[in-house]
Amino acid sequence: MTALLEVENLTKHFTVGDGLVNRLAGRRSTVVRAVDGVSFAIAPAETLGLVGESGCGKTTTGRLVLRAVEPTAGRIRFDGEDITALRERALLPFRRRAQIVFQDPYTSLNPRMPVGRIVGEPIMVHRLAARGAVPERVTALLEMVGLQREHAGRYPHELSGGQRQRVGIARALAVSPRLIVADEAVSALDVSVRAQILNLLIALRERLGLAFLFVSHDLGVIRFISHRVAVMYLGRLVEIAPAAELFRRPLHPYSQALLAAIPTVGDGRTSMFDQPGRLIEGELPSPMNLPRGCRFASRCPQRMARCREVEPALVSAAPNHLVACHLYGDENNGQGAAAPVSLRPPGPEADTAL
Amino acid sequence: MTDAPLLDVRGLTVEFETDGERLRAVDEVSFAVRGGEIVGLVGESGAGKSLTSEAILGLIPCPPGRVTGEVRLRERNLLALDEAALARIRGKDIAMIFQNPTASLNPVFRVGDQLHEAMALHLAEPRPTLRARAVEILTRVGIPSAATRMRDYPHQFSGGMAQRVMIGMGMSCVPSLLIADEPTTALDVTIQAQVLALIRRLARESGTAVLLVSHDLGIISQMCDRVLVMYAGRVVEEASIATVFRAPAHPYTRALIDCLPRTEATAQLGTIVGVMPGLRALPPGCRFHPRCPIAEPRCTKETPALRALGSGHRVACHLASNGAP
Repeated sequence: MTALLEVENLTKHFTVGDGLVNRLAGRRSTVVRAVDGVSFAIAPAETLGLVGESGCGKTTTGRLVLRAVEPTAGRIRFDGEDITALRERALLPFRRRAQIVFQDPYTSLNPRMPVGRIVGEPIMVHRLAARGAVPERVTALLEMVGLQREHAGRYPHELSGGQRQRVGIARALAVSPRLIVADEAVSALDVSVRAQILNLLIALRERLGLAFLFVSHDLGVIRFISHRVAVMYLGRLVEIAPAAELFRRPLHPYSQALLAAIPTVGDGRTSMFDQPGRLIEGELPSPMNLPRGCRFASRCPQRMARCREVEPALVSAAPNHLVACHLYGDENNGQGAAAPVSLRPPGPEADTAL
Repeated sequence: MTDAPLLDVRGLTVEFETDGERLRAVDEVSFAVRGGEIVGLVGESGAGKSLTSEAILGLIPCPPGRVTGEVRLRERNLLALDEAALARIRGKDIAMIFQNPTASLNPVFRVGDQLHEAMALHLAEPRPTLRARAVEILTRVGIPSAATRMRDYPHQFSGGMAQRVMIGMGMSCVPSLLIADEPTTALDVTIQAQVLALIRRLARESGTAVLLVSHDLGIISQMCDRVLVMYAGRVVEEASIATVFRAPAHPYTRALIDCLPRTEATAQLGTIVGVMPGLRALPPGCRFHPRCPIAEPRCTKETPALRALGSGHRVACHLASNGAP
């Protein structure tokens, strides 16, 4: 199957401290390698979960994919077309096919616009319907996300958090996209409302054949909604595998630590917090001053001498299961580093030279 | 541990006067916390859980607030104390940590000075002794090179490290009760686990009871001995952790548990229709009845009282019985 979205060696470096004052004072600027050679693909109607902690670059990755942030290097292909270098006007058709749903339904909707205009505007911008037909289309969209015609006349402040997020989803759907980047789309919502929105997204996904890049720090949500999951740490993908497989058999020590840190509902007899050995120590190193070798090495309970020297490449450790860790891959378990894996772009290993 | 509770909250009610209206945000909440026990207070936004914990500490500005009922700490009603007497208790007998650690520390003072100040307020000991204690405390909460970090300012600490400082500060006078209001909501999951493990270990070591406010049932399940479930200002269920997750008696508790994405795959999540009612439009009878899947006519009229269902298990539902309602 051809991928809907393919990114190859996607990279975003932010320069910090290169403002006028710093330059005049002759201070050196530093580079934050927010996203550093990330490759993955999303098939039509597939949901790829992108999980990681703050500062790992998952949000930037979502923005890069949409060309909302300009990549420093790498390639983005959508539906076979290279969109990396397209200018704004040439990007318009892509903008129609890839949309975003933001985390905060309180700040991502214009407070001065009624819901009908918020949802109707993309239709007009992309001239998808005659002016007179827009209200009808808006009503259909509102109903699709579980709101009613009456909501079109309301302002965002008159709606609850869950209703606002439905408006955000309707706005994204207004242009009939094929891919939606959902950036922490349910993180600001209460448990019961979150469940409603997740169910809605799944129903819409099936009905419209939507693909998702679902960015979240919440592993429970990621597990629930994703077909495949990519785990990110300090700008790199460390593991990518089908969701069930990743949760059953995480390979990367960071993925294992992440899964072990989720407080799941237990039986109340034992507590994960009474087993200190289960939790990893330390905090994320600063992305401005990355360690040599594997970026997780400083916190890794299984690190070896080599981990401090050589950064591991993302290699195939099992069918459809890629991991960037010296514990796997090299020992040649019959699948070399270049083993073809479906649903991903060829040759992600090439990016290790960075 | 004695039979007399450490903290005994009776009929705690918090009201706010706005636009000539009196809104009741916390309605007749009663519960007890025994010495050394970790009790969870769980609910969704607007349930009144944070207000309950703030009312216990006397942190609600009155007016516009109005706090009634009793909050007894070792038989002493905190609501009857004046501000000076309360200040002697806060930080010493009851410590608190909040959601946003960097906002809870004063940005213009060194962390060591703030820690020192908190201790000097309640402990009559010479300065060098307190300094040494402060370094010891920071080391105990897992801050590397504590003596050096004492001279740093709060912005030089990460969220996780700042929360460790807050925990150290809270535990510095060995309080009998620690109130932690969403202490890890602003932290990443691996850091959250470290901080929660720290709270649990310190509390157990020093015999401090904890009232843990959280919206996260997973955290409650892993941290607490007992839990109180709040909905629209009222406690709807109280039970041990083992009971509440094995045999939740209130339909709201059950629905809340069903809403959680599990680690095993499921086709659809359970949901609760609608949203929690606002304080201006509280439904009569049971406040959950408009969203309740099993509501009967009397649920729309009679307010269910919190009644005992088994040992340590209380529920406010007309239809709950032992086993399933």
